[in-house]
Parts: sequence; C-alpha cells; structure tokens
Amino acid sequence: MSASAAMLPIELTVNGQRRAIEVAVHHTLLDVLRDDLGLTGTKECCLVGECGACTVILDGRTVDSCLVLAVEADGLEITTVEGLAADQGLSLLQQAFLDKGAVQCGFCIPGQLVSAHALLADNPHPTVPEIQEGLAGNLCRCGCYQQISDAVLATADGAGR
Amino acid sequence: MHTFAYARPTELAEAVALLEAHGPDARLLAGGTDLIIRLRDGSARPGVVIDVKRIAEMRPSIREEAGCLVIGAGTVMSDIAADDRARRVFPALAEAAAVVGSVQIRNRATLAGNVCNASPAADTAPALLVYGARVVAVGPAGTRRIPIDGFFVRSGVTTLARGEIVTAIELPVPERAMGAVHVRRTRRRGHDLASVTLCCGVDTAGVTRLAYGSVGPRPVLGVDESGVLADPAAPDAVKGPIFERLFVDASPSARSMRASPEYRQAMLRVLGARALRVAIDRLAQR
Repeated sequence: MSASAAMLPIELTVNGQRRAIEVAVHHTLLDVLRDDLGLTGTKECCLVGECGACTVILDGRTVDSCLVLAVEADGLEITTVEGLAADQGLSLLQQAFLDKGAVQCGFCIPGQLVSAHALLADNPHPTVPEIQEGLAGNLCRCGCYQQISDAVLATADGAGR
Repeated sequence: MHTFAYARPTELAEAVALLEAHGPDARLLAGGTDLIIRLRDGSARPGVVIDVKRIAEMRPSIREEAGCLVIGAGTVMSDIAADDRARRVFPALAEAAAVVGSVQIRNRATLAGNVCNASPAADTAPALLVYGARVVAVGPAGTRRIPIDGFFVRSGVTTLARGEIVTAIELPVPERAMGAVHVRRTRRRGHDLASVTLCCGVDTAGVTRLAYGSVGPRPVLGVDESGVLADPAAPDAVKGPIFERLFVDASPSARSMRASPEYRQAMLRVLGARALRVAIDRLAQR
C-alpha cells in the first residue's frame, strides 16, 4: 500500500450513528468531531493530552481525542458527551453533576462526564481513591474536584444510571 | 499541524518496506501519545506517518511463549496493568504501566512505543531492565532480539537500524523467584512525568537488580551480585558503598524543569532504599 496524502474517506460510528466523511489526514479526531461533525461538546484545550477536556470513548475506552488522528478512528465507534444520555434528557450522572454543584465554568465538564461514565461502566462502585485515579486525566481549573467526586459517588450509589 | 502522507499497512512486510524506503522521513504511529504532540508542535516533521495498528502481528496481545511473556507491540498500558500474568510474574512492570500518564493515555500508549520513544523518564524502562527484557525487531534483514540494556541510547534514539520495526517485547520468566517493585517521584499525584522512576528486584540467589530513569540521558541498570544488598541483616557500613555504586551512572540534567539535579540525586537514594526494602519483603512473601 502506498502512502496517502491530503484527504481520505473514513467511516465512523458516532453516538450510534454511522457517518461517512472525508477528512484531512493531519486533522485529529477532536478537529473532525468539532469542525466537521458539529459536535462541539468535546472541548479543545491543552492539546498535549494532559487536561482531558477532549475526552471521548473510542471503541469502549476513553482517549484524549486531541492525540488521535481522525484517520486512526476509521471503522471505530465513538461516544462523545452528546451520546451519554439515552434520550434528550440528562443521564443520572449528568444530573448528579448539577445536583452536587460540580459545574462552575463548565469547560472541563464534558471530559469529566465522559471519563466518569467510562469509570462507572468498568467499576460500578468505585472508592474515592478509585474515582480520583480514574479522573486524574481530567483537570478542573475551577477546583470542583470534591463536588465532581461526590457526583460520581452519588451516581454509583443510585440504582443504575 | 503540518500535513504528511498517511500509510496504514496491514502486512508487516509493507511497513518494513515503507520504513526502509523513507528512512528518517517516516515515523511509526502506534498510540500517538508522543508522536501527535510532536507533529503538532513541529518538533517532528515526517513526510510519511505509518500507522502500525492494523498490522496483524502488531495487534494487542499478551501471550506465553517458550518461557517468556510476549507483549505484542500494539498492547497498551491499561492491558498490561490489568493482565493477571503480568501482575503475578512481572509485578513491577504492571505497576509501572499503571502509573504512565492518565487513564486516557494508558488506554492509548503502547509499551513498545514507550520503549521506542526512548524517553529517559519512560516509566516502564526500569522494570524492563530489571527483568532483562528483549526487544523483538523485524527489519529488512529479518528478525533480531535486542537486550533492552543495549536498546536505549539517549532520548529519542535507540539501536534500531533503518527499516526495523519493534513487533514485541519479551520478558523471560525469572529462573529464580524474584521480588520486585516499581516506585517513582512526581511533582503531583495523578498525571505527571517522573522526576525519578525506579525499579528494584531481588532474587533467591541474592542478586539485586536496580534500574532507574529520569536522572540522565537514558535509563540505567545496576546489579549487585555480592548478596549484600539483598541481605536485610548486612550492616549498613558494608551496604553503603555497594548501594552507592549502583548510582554512579546517574547524571541528572540541570536544565530539566521538573527537579534539580541535587533533588533527583537525593530522591534516587531514598527511592532506591525504599524499593530495596519492598523487593526483599516481596521475595520473602513468595
């Protein structure tokens, strides 16, 4: 196979919907989600994989979408913050973030929610240290870590999500 | 990010041919947690990026083969940290894999990439040195196995030849029972690069292997075969000079912003002594 430049056609399943698009090979999954697919819930921030604002679930696992080329995701399944709730409302986790006052400026919250969602899917009853470790890749400059942790705990205690 | 040609071979031979043809103008892409950052900041400007994740031989796998645990090049840190055999037989490697970056990074970053990137601060390197791992590389001239101590040169530089691709890391199951542990020092808990990253292993023959990184241009291995360090009853006056000899190759840079050379040298000894105690305890519990 020879190397391909510029634009390549790819297929993604984003929040359950199949999308066939053409992407620039040097554009990241973050670029494509936001600019080509209009899913602006996923945030761009540090662009070096430290802050977690761009966290999405790629084939069942959280990744920093700023560190994934869109072409790498060809054929794979992606869940963004827009896909966390089954219907138009909020998931229990999202509601718990509001109830516990975990949201101040809100910029980091989509990434926090995606990481917390994945954490609870793997480990439905995490301890506080497990929550802290599970969310260590999501920074909150408003300093709402306690409230975020409380929201995850409250959801874990609830009957299902 | 500048543009480049993107190749996604499905056969290892294609990848080797591409890499051989393009040489330093090509970069391999596995997890991308280092490469994408460098593509974006312009410190790497390859003409061709070769994505190795769709090559059958590079798929994630941890398997036992001929007295070794073989970790396929596509295997990510999360898989190693969670693998029962790795945790049982090579606990220090599983521990190191569990502290690389964050969950998001560990879900993407591969062991092979950590090794090939050859960062002096690579957290898995000290454990691989202690366990005597081998890097399996396939190139135009065939397959060769490179002892990990002969693989690292300096940051970003390894002894891989043009056209060679790492397909796996092999860890020989220790012939004698070993107690081992990985420890590190970071500025903050959670997601940070190590100011010192260190692994110590002690076996039933009294051999102590101690390896450390982030204190010089490449990770370093020191070995004590005298049995003194492994003996909890040995007097400190005897232990001291032998312990100190393990650290002669530490040469931390004054330019790193994470910690001063003095701090790293001091913490190297603190972590070394701590890891030695834990390794001895773990050996006793086996």
